[in-house]
Parts: sequence; structure tokens; C-alpha cells
Amino acid sequence: MANLTINGKTINVDVEDDTPLLWAIRENVGLTGTKYGCGIALCGACTVHVDGVAMRSCGMTVSEAVGKQITTIEGLASEGALHKVQQAWVANDVPQCGFCQSGMIMAVAALLKENPKPTDQDINEAITNICRCGTFQQVREAIHAAANA
Amino acid sequence: MNKHVMPKLNRRSFVIGTAAAGAGLAIGLDIPFGGPTVVRAADGSPEVNVWVVIRPDNTTVIRVARSEMGQGTLTGLAQLVAEELECDWSKVVTEYPTPGQSVARKRPWGDFSTGGSRGIRSSQDYVRKGGAIARVMLVQAAANQWKVPASECTAANSIITHTPSGRTTTYGKVVEAAAKLEPPADVKLKDPKDWKIAGKGVKRLDTVDKTTGAMIYGMDVKLPGMLNAAIKDAPVFGSKLKSYDEAKITGMKGVKKVVKVGDSAVAVVADTWWHAKTALDALPIVWDEGENAKVSSESIAKWLAEGLDNSQPAYIGNQNGDAKAAIASAAKKVEAVYNYPYQNHATMEPMNATALYTPDKCEVWCGTQNGEAAFAATLEASGLPAEKCEVHKLILGGGFGRRGMTDYVRQAVLIAKEMPGTPVKLLWSREEDMAQGKFHPVTQCKLTGAFDADNNLTALHVRLSGQSILYTVRPAALVNGMDTAAFQGLSPSGDAAIGYSVPNLLVEHSMRNPHVPPGFWRGVNVNQNAIYMECFMDELAHSVGQDPVEFRRKLMSKHPKHLAVLNAVADKIGWGKPAPQGVYRGIAQVMGYGSYVAGAAEISVTEGSKIKVHRIVASTDPGYIVNPAQVERQIAGSFVYGLSALFYGGCTVKDGKMEQTNFDTYNSMRIAEMPKVECVMVPSGGFWGGVGEPTIGVAAPAVLNAYFAATGKRIRSVPLKDQNITFA
Repeated sequence: MANLTINGKTINVDVEDDTPLLWAIRENVGLTGTKYGCGIALCGACTVHVDGVAMRSCGMTVSEAVGKQITTIEGLASEGALHKVQQAWVANDVPQCGFCQSGMIMAVAALLKENPKPTDQDINEAITNICRCGTFQQVREAIHAAANA
Repeated sequence: MNKHVMPKLNRRSFVIGTAAAGAGLAIGLDIPFGGPTVVRAADGSPEVNVWVVIRPDNTTVIRVARSEMGQGTLTGLAQLVAEELECDWSKVVTEYPTPGQSVARKRPWGDFSTGGSRGIRSSQDYVRKGGAIARVMLVQAAANQWKVPASECTAANSIITHTPSGRTTTYGKVVEAAAKLEPPADVKLKDPKDWKIAGKGVKRLDTVDKTTGAMIYGMDVKLPGMLNAAIKDAPVFGSKLKSYDEAKITGMKGVKKVVKVGDSAVAVVADTWWHAKTALDALPIVWDEGENAKVSSESIAKWLAEGLDNSQPAYIGNQNGDAKAAIASAAKKVEAVYNYPYQNHATMEPMNATALYTPDKCEVWCGTQNGEAAFAATLEASGLPAEKCEVHKLILGGGFGRRGMTDYVRQAVLIAKEMPGTPVKLLWSREEDMAQGKFHPVTQCKLTGAFDADNNLTALHVRLSGQSILYTVRPAALVNGMDTAAFQGLSPSGDAAIGYSVPNLLVEHSMRNPHVPPGFWRGVNVNQNAIYMECFMDELAHSVGQDPVEFRRKLMSKHPKHLAVLNAVADKIGWGKPAPQGVYRGIAQVMGYGSYVAGAAEISVTEGSKIKVHRIVASTDPGYIVNPAQVERQIAGSFVYGLSALFYGGCTVKDGKMEQTNFDTYNSMRIAEMPKVECVMVPSGGFWGGVGEPTIGVAAPAVLNAYFAATGKRIRSVPLKDQNITFA
């Protein structure tokens, strides 16, 4: 049993302490926007914000997440308005299959919070999510668009 | 169109549950006494025909039978229907018909298969007609209402106008009447130059849900009472499950059942997938590995190398003149041996399917590139007839060919069959996905070129040795044993024709099929064939001191469309003009999937082994372009997929099984490695080519040829990581 604070709500989750946060979010809380891609914290499809920092939720246990503010892709929009990164994604028609994009968007939202005007080099260093469709050109354009929004 | 003729069907048989994930559509059948039949969507809105449903508020529901896996086909096909329908694009939504409905209605939507870059090119004709027929019926309904000739009416933006009087009405207002009309026997389609919706880079229809987490992929399906399954199939391909010690995991949290799946796999079913996977990892399993456990990449390579020898039997895929004789008497000869490894599709979303079985009904929810194949697998695995089966297609988290196979569907149904009445979601771990791929086939190639004393290329012998996909996947497609697809890009004519004329040419394939299951992997045989041919063209040019583009041009005069894209790329990248300091260029062209493509790369190399790809220029002539923005994305994405395979890919066999287990051992390009991709689209019209796959063929050879220009070293083996070459 653990109390997780996800998208501003505290939720009592009946899982073992060592359950990866990803699976608690997907299966116990029922928020499926956060994706499973590799399970070894490499691909970034499961990226969420933990106390505002982009984290790969497959590589973090539920017990490590207790007491922290967790934001998933479902919690990124506020008061019915898409986050500026989501808006830039829509305007630039970024997703192809879209499966990696929840994680990509969460990684970018965290980057822009820390570094509102990232250079291409900053982007290269901060954004390490895998996209097999190869949307990177649009991702980069949309990051700059969001930064200038 | 015989939509009015549907005997033996009642309303009940058409109402298909949409409890889960909004997948599938419900269709009702409205049979008034004595009147014509109107088929209705779940909300009661009538079908004008199978492609078009119009709601009273003018929302146009366009049915798309092909699958959306990121390539944009859902939007492109809707554009084509909307173009002819003259509907309001801002009110278009799309819907997948289900395979079960297709069977019940005698396949009115045609083929569901979404592979081979066929999504648009092989359905564009009938979907455009579907839109045009619906438009004619809607206009006729309005004309009937006004008692005027239909020829005096026009349609645009879902509004019908009677031109002489200026009266207007909307599609939503006349759709009930239109749905009762006989469809016209024939319609005239627009000239693409008059397109207003098609041919434009309109935004995709599925983007918002893909940015909010709302899009439901197969992995995200939730059904009441659903359990979750994790599976391990025999890691040595073709081997069997011997035993497992269920007692060791009995009582582990959440575990409900351990299921033997077929004769080679075992699954654990639990309340959550995490519990299922944890228990499966703890389950002791013994495999009956058999002879295949002796196979390794080395043993495969040795066997393939033997096939390069001319004394071994081979299928001839393209031949003119007498290449062997011309080579024997040549003034000069150049020879090289290349190879290309196995590759895993590694879709971001691992394979999964959800199944619910009862003796009266079997339903499956999954991402699939071929709804009808998934349906057939459901029938076979469940043992139920077609009218008791259904497949609900979901958006795919990547396909690339992998989801054209139905192994995961079959497994899900077999598991669900052991738990009647309980829906079970089967999800593969990434490790299972890497182990149980349907791999890009392994091949080697020996190329021999011959010159006369004036350095004219007189002969070319391309001898392929290696695996056939069709041999395993579609044996009925073999032609007297020959896999014609093995010659993609090298064929004498057709969808994947060679772009060069050589006086004496021989292209042959010594087929050797290792035990590793092959599959169609984005680009399929174009991948290796374009590397072999285009890198060797570069070798031939350099061997006689000629410019690689000029050398090609001399051989391409009878192949103007191939030449046009090559020239477009050469012009755009500035071929023949100095490159920036330290930057080197490479170029390649190929034809595949009915389209002509070329690509050029600008790279720099540091320390001899660290490659920075600065810029890519790619050109494509697919005949017609339905959505240029999506074509650009497919082209750019092709370089990511193709260069990931070139730099990081390669699946190797040890003890009969794959060695790579996850993205740590099968890496994929990141944004930092992404070059700028510039597209030059030169659609020449008169034919319809594919877009999703052909460009991938030029990605690797363009970079490899640039690497030679930069270093003087010729790379003839993939992946580059095995030669300690990596991205800078």
C-alpha cells in the first residue's frame, strides 16, 4: 500500500513497494498515457515528472515516489488548456505513431521549465528519448516553437 | 456497389460491442417494409455508402480500412474521399470498419492489409470513387427535393447549391434521402491538379489524442474483469517447450493461472501485467532446444558465403547479355562482397493483443497492419466460425511490417481460451519482443563489374545469397521456387526496377533459409539491395576515376524517372560544387514500391570513425502526393529507421537464439544524431507509388558512400558499430 500524489490527487495504491512507478500508474491508477517501451529506463516512453523533474517511471519504485508530486501526460494540461509543449506538438503535427510522444512531451516540458530557450545543443543533450518513427526533425522544430510561444 | 443486397443479416448480428476503447463501429440495419435498405451507424446516422456516413450536423464519418501506424494513411485516405465527396474537411472524422463486418458484408472495403507502402496507392482508386459516388447521391437527393436537374446543382464544403436559383441545403439535411438512392454505376474522378483537400499538407486527424495521452493503443485496452498475461516463447526458433515448474510460482501475488501456449510457449496470467511478468521471470522453464541450438551468426555467414560461389544453384532475377562471359574477357574487373544482418522491427509498442473468449464468441482488440489476417488468426486459434469472431483494430504504436504478422494474436486467443469469459491482455516484454521478432532477412552479396579498355562498364554480375522472406511467410508467392521480391530494386521492370542499363547483366539469388523467422521490415529487400548496388556503383565509378553521379548518369539514359530524382538530389545538395570544409558527400538512388527515390548525405568524420551526418537531401517521385507534409515526415523518418539500422542495428544469433535483448544492445538514433533532412518532391503523375518504405533504401548507401569520400575506406558490412564506427 502506498499513497501516491499523481496530477494533484492523492491516490491509495495497493501494490508492493518495489513495483515500478510506471506499472502502478498504468495498472493501479489506470492512467495509460504513460507508456511501457523498454523497462530499463532507456527509451523514455514512460517519462513523467517527479517533483517537476523528468524521470523514467519504469526505473523508479513506488516507494521512491511516495511523498512526491508526480505529473503524467494526462496532468500536463491545466484548466482545460493544453500545455504550450502540447500546443506546439499539435501545431507542428509532430506525432507519427505517437507511442513515444507522451514521454517525449514530458521530457521537453521539463527541459523548457529549466531552460526556457534551449539551443539545439541543449536539446541534443537533454532529449534522449527514442522515437522509431523518426519524428526528431518535427520534435526539434516544435521545441523551438514552444520556447518562443 | 450492392449495398442494398444483404440477405440473411439481421440487426442483431450487426450490432457489435464497442465496450472497449472505442474500437470498431456499430452498424445497424434498417429494413422498412417495401422500401430500400439503409445501413446505419451506431448513432443512427445513415451510410451514403460503405465509405461515408453523414450525421445531421454535417459531421462526415469516413471509413478507413487500412491501418494507421504513424505513416499518415488514415488522414491521406480521408483526404481522398473528402476531395471527391466535397465535404467540409473541418468536420471529418474517421472510423475503422471491423474485419468481422467486412466478412459479413462481403468485403465492401476491400483489402485491410497495410504493408508494402500500399495503404494509399492500392486503395486510392476505389476510395475516391466511394467519395464521388456519395457526392452524386447527395446532390441527386437535393435535386429531387427541389425538383430540378442534378446537373444544375453543385456541391462544396458539405453544402449543395442549386446554381440557377441560389437555393442551398446541406449534406446533413439530405443524407436520409440520399441513402435511399441507387448509387450511380460510374463516376468521373477529379484530375489531381484540381484537388483542394488532397494534395495539401493538411494536419493529421489523430494528433491531439497523441499529445494528451488519450490515444488508446493495444497496450492500453481495459475491459471489465480483465486479467493480464506475460509470455515466453522458445528462444531457440523452431524448438519446443519441454516443461516448467508451476509450483515455484504458485501463490505469488496476483497469479491466476499458468498456461501452455501451443507447443513452444508458456504464459502467466495475473491480475496485473507486472505481477504476471514478475512470476514468469521466476518460473523455471526447460526448453527442448533441438538441432537449431547449434546455429550461430558465424555458421549462417559461412553457409551464405558458400552461396556466393557460382557453382551453387541460384535463381535468376534479371538477365541480359552474357555477364559471365563478358566478365571473363574484360579489360578490367572489380569485385566486392557485402553483407547485411538480421534486424528487429523494435516498434516502440511491444507486441500485444487482448482477447475475450466464450464458446459463442471470440473478440480480439489489437494493433494490426492486417485486420483480416488478425481475424483469420482469431478464427483459427479460437476454432469458432467467422460469424462468432471479431477483431477491433486499434492505433498501432509502430508497425514497420512487424504487425502484419499475427503470432501475438494467436497467442492471446489461445490464452483467453483457457479462461472462458475472462478478457486477457497479452503483452510482450521488450525482451520477448527482441527474442521473438520476424527479422529482416540476412544476406550477402558478391558484385562483379567489368570494363572495356575505354572504361565503359560492360558487365555487372550481382550474386545474392541468403534468406527469402516469402519462402517462410508466403510460400505460395514463390515462382517456381524463386522469391521475386528478393530482387527488389534490381528487377527488370515493375514496382522495384533497376535504374541502370548494362550491356551484360546477371542478377541472381542463391536462396539459403536459416531457422530464424524472417519478416517484412520497412523497406524489406530494398534495404540491402540498395546498399549492395549503390555502394558498388560508387566503387565502380572510383575504380575508373569517374564522378559517381556522372558514372551513373551514363547508365541511366533509359531510366528517366530514376535519373530525374538522382538529378534533383544532386542539384539540391550542390553535387560538383565544393562542400563545406571537412564535409563529404555520398549519393544513392533506387526504385521501390512503385516510387523513384534518391538521397544524398553530407557528413564529416573525426578520428576516422566518428561520423556526423550534417545534412540529407532526399527526392521522391511517387507519381502523386496526397499529403506533402506527411510525405516529408515519412522521408525524414526513413533516414532515422535506416540509419539506426546502419549504425546501431544488427541482430546476431548464438546457440540458435537472438543475442540482443533490449535497446541497450539494439540501440536507436536519438535527436542529437538526427541530420537535417531536406525533401525534394517531384511527383510526375500518371502512376501511384508508395511512400513509407522506398526512401529507407537510400539512407545507408548515401552515408556509406560519403564515408568513403571522407576516408577512402569502403564499408561493406552492417552495422557500423561492429567496426567501431559510430555517430560523432
